[in-house]
Amino acid sequence: MLKISNPPHGAHRVDHLLIAEMVEPGSRVLDVGCGDGELLQLLAQTKSVDGRGVELSRERVNACVTRGLSVIQGDADVDLDDYPDQAFDYAILSLTIQATRYPKKVLENLLRIGRQAIVSFPNFGHWRIRAQLLFTGRMPQTEYLPEPWHMSPDSHLCTIKDFANLVALVDAEVEAAVAFDSWGRRLPIRRSLSLQNLFGVKAVFVLRNRHGG
Amino acid sequence: MNTAPVKSFDDSTNVRIAEANNPSSSVVHFPDSEPLRLACDQLLAPISIAYQTYGELNADKSNAILICHALTGDQYVASVHPMTKKPGWWETLVGPGKPIDTDRFFVVCPNILGSCMGSTGPASINPKTGRPYALNFPVITVGDMVNAQVRLIDHLGIDQLFCILGGSLGGMQVLEWASSHTERVYSAVPIATAAWHSSQNIAFHEVGRQAVMADPDWCAGDYHSHQKVPRNGLAVARMAAHITYLSEEALHNRFGRSLQRGSELTFSFNADFQVESYLRHQGSTFVDRFDANSYLYITRAMDYFDLEAEHGDVLANAFRGTKTRFLVVSFTSDWLYPTRESREIVRALNAVAANVSFVEIETDSGHDSFLLDEPEFFATVRGFLNAAGVKRGLSK
Repeated sequence: MLKISNPPHGAHRVDHLLIAEMVEPGSRVLDVGCGDGELLQLLAQTKSVDGRGVELSRERVNACVTRGLSVIQGDADVDLDDYPDQAFDYAILSLTIQATRYPKKVLENLLRIGRQAIVSFPNFGHWRIRAQLLFTGRMPQTEYLPEPWHMSPDSHLCTIKDFANLVALVDAEVEAAVAFDSWGRRLPIRRSLSLQNLFGVKAVFVLRNRHGG
Repeated sequence: MNTAPVKSFDDSTNVRIAEANNPSSSVVHFPDSEPLRLACDQLLAPISIAYQTYGELNADKSNAILICHALTGDQYVASVHPMTKKPGWWETLVGPGKPIDTDRFFVVCPNILGSCMGSTGPASINPKTGRPYALNFPVITVGDMVNAQVRLIDHLGIDQLFCILGGSLGGMQVLEWASSHTERVYSAVPIATAAWHSSQNIAFHEVGRQAVMADPDWCAGDYHSHQKVPRNGLAVARMAAHITYLSEEALHNRFGRSLQRGSELTFSFNADFQVESYLRHQGSTFVDRFDANSYLYITRAMDYFDLEAEHGDVLANAFRGTKTRFLVVSFTSDWLYPTRESREIVRALNAVAANVSFVEIETDSGHDSFLLDEPEFFATVRGFLNAAGVKRGLSK
């Protein structure tokens, strides 16, 4: 068996708990970048969802299937094209969009495949990251960005404000948005993003395609 | 009649012919009144389907697993082979407490139509002539093999199979079942297989068939009447095929350039290299247990398999509306049925939003990996069956 790594805060990641609260029981869920399947398992246990996962790492896929989850080895940049429109109630992209090659295309695919898209991402606008860059003059490393720049898979890091711009660019509607501070407390995102962009370490956006669904 | 010198078969050939017509396993016979309509539009009757079962069918008949064997496989998936006396070919996977747990599941493994272990095939006696069918046997397809299995499953009184598993040609049967009889398949595990046979695979099969047919002892397929066996041709076919089941890395690691006797080249065409000796052994033992005409017919059925072409060149159409849960498995070093071809199946299943898992197992053993002890493969099959069993309401 592969070792399943522990989430940083308590038994479950705070963004996973938030997603589990929002998802309707018995719905169809596609978790893109599902990792070891922690969220899929949580959703199966608490919401009896019909869950599927896509994961790039072969080892993690095999660990998921061994746990009884329906997961395929695949690449968010390539393999989402295959899915039909509105095949799922929720298409979830959990702390993965910053590691995709074409974040806009991936987001558009999520909005096409799911009636709703739920996207979480680390916020590059957090004050500690800004401070690190300002005072050390070097690329920041944090809990969510643990690797040095040359090792990091995250080629498309963004701030909450940047992501909100991308949402506008793909003409999606924000149904809910929440940032989490470094203690895992929720900072609801409303009109002004500045405070959340400064204090949020990561954010979760629930989006809906304005035209579809 | 025949003018060839009459000589009797050796013991192993006699046993092989006996097993083809009167197998050691269970067998069900369907009479002339229940012919099987084949893809070539001929009616085949009577037909026999030889099969083995393991475990107990539960009261609501919901725990049945069908295992489909590959080209030269047989129904002895977890029991001793009556001729070779070797353990079952998937005994590592099937048995009490194994990933396919016979304490929990009722496992059925039929010998495929066209084979030579008791199901109707070219080595079977044609009741109309009293002689083996040989080349009078009609050319069959994977669909025909599956339709014959449907008869067996009906005979056993099973409406829906909990799972169908198979590797290689077995995987093709799994895909055919899941496509043509989707409502009867709760879950499906196609392993190391493809939705259509590639040009390269057809090419290798053609080499094998030509080797058999070039053997003068093949006698235009009528070798039984001449009391002959095309040993050399079938052995060469097996040797060539066996290379395709392995990988360069596996061959290199196992044999390298090691010499057979001492460390001297003999400056002859003897088997100097260990790899030559190994292949010769593979060829000659295969001839003892397999019918040459069956080899021709089954390889042909594999060549004809093209689930995509059968569905308007859109593979997804083969699975539209499916409720079956799928686990697709490939192996990194399998160049005969490479991961790319498994991924095509996964893409088609995604296109209809089917419930699909897909694992690629890292191994250097080539196509044959699915027959070997691969712990990660076993763990994923076990996990998949457990989860599907919970969904199906089967007790642990």
